Amino acid sequence: MQESINEDRVVDARDLLCPMPVLATTKQMRLLEPGQVLKVLATDRGALADIPAWAEDTGNKLLGSSEDAGVLVFWIRKASDA
Amino acid sequence: MRQDADTATERVEGKLTEDDVRRIVREEVEHAFKRDPAARRASIIASKGTLDWAYPPLILATTAAAAGMDTAVFFTFYGLSIIHKDFAKKLKVDPVGNPAMPMPMPIPDIVSSLPGMVPLASRMMRSRFATHNVATIGELLDAARDIGVRLIACRMTMEVFGYDEADFIDGVEFGGAAAFMSQARRSHVTMFI
Repeated sequence: MQESINEDRVVDARDLLCPMPVLATTKQMRLLEPGQVLKVLATDRGALADIPAWAEDTGNKLLGSSEDAGVLVFWIRKASDA
Repeated sequence: MRQDADTATERVEGKLTEDDVRRIVREEVEHAFKRDPAARRASIIASKGTLDWAYPPLILATTAAAAGMDTAVFFTFYGLSIIHKDFAKKLKVDPVGNPAMPMPMPIPDIVSSLPGMVPLASRMMRSRFATHNVATIGELLDAARDIGVRLIACRMTMEVFGYDEADFIDGVEFGGAAAFMSQARRSHVTMFI
C-alpha cells in the first residue's frame, strides 16, 4: 500500500530496543533537507507507539507505516522547520 | 466606538456555531502551548546509583531531546555514580529486597545477601540486557551527549563523597539545587528518579 513512497534515506533500527530506534531516527533526520523522506525499519514493537509520538512532537509528518514479517516500516517526511 | 463593538459581536454571534467556537478555542490553546517554551524543556533528577535505576533517567532524557526538548539531567547522591569515570561501567544491581527481579528461581533474601550475590545478579542483568540488545549505560551516555542532553553533577554531593570534577566523564557540568530549580521552573516535564 505504501510502496509508492520514495525515501531519501533509510534508518535500519532492527533489533534495537527503546530508546535507540527513536534516537537513530532523530540522528538520521538531521541529515535530511526539509521535505525529504526518511524510511525507518524497526523490530521493537514499542516503535508502533513511539515513532508516531516522536513525529507529532517534532512536527515531522508520518506518511505511512506497514509491517512485513515482523519488521515495522515507517515513512516520515521532514518538516520545513524541524 | 461602543456601537461598532456591539455590531462586531452580533456579526460574530450570527455566523459562528458552537462547534466553530470550540474549534477556534482549541486551536488557540494548541498554538499557545506550542509557543510556551516550558513545553520544550525537561528537567530530570537522577538520584540512584544502581544499574537498573541508571536506565530510566538516561532513556527518558535522550528521548526528550530527540523530541526536540532542551533536556538536563541533574545527578545527585548515588546518581553521581552513573557519570563517574570509574563507576559507569561497574554499576551493580542489588537483588536483596527486590522480589520483582527476574531470577531463574526464587532466591530468599538471606541467600541474596551472601557475598558474591551482588556481582552475580549484576552479571546476570547485564547479560540479559545484552541478549535483548538493550543499549549499555555507556552507549546511552554517549547518545545523551551526542544529542545535546546536559549532564549536571550536584556539587554538594561531590563534596560529601569526595569527588573532583576530573572524576566525571567528559561533558559533565556542575551545579546545585538552585541551578536545577531555575531550569525546572521553566520545564513542564520534571522528574525525580
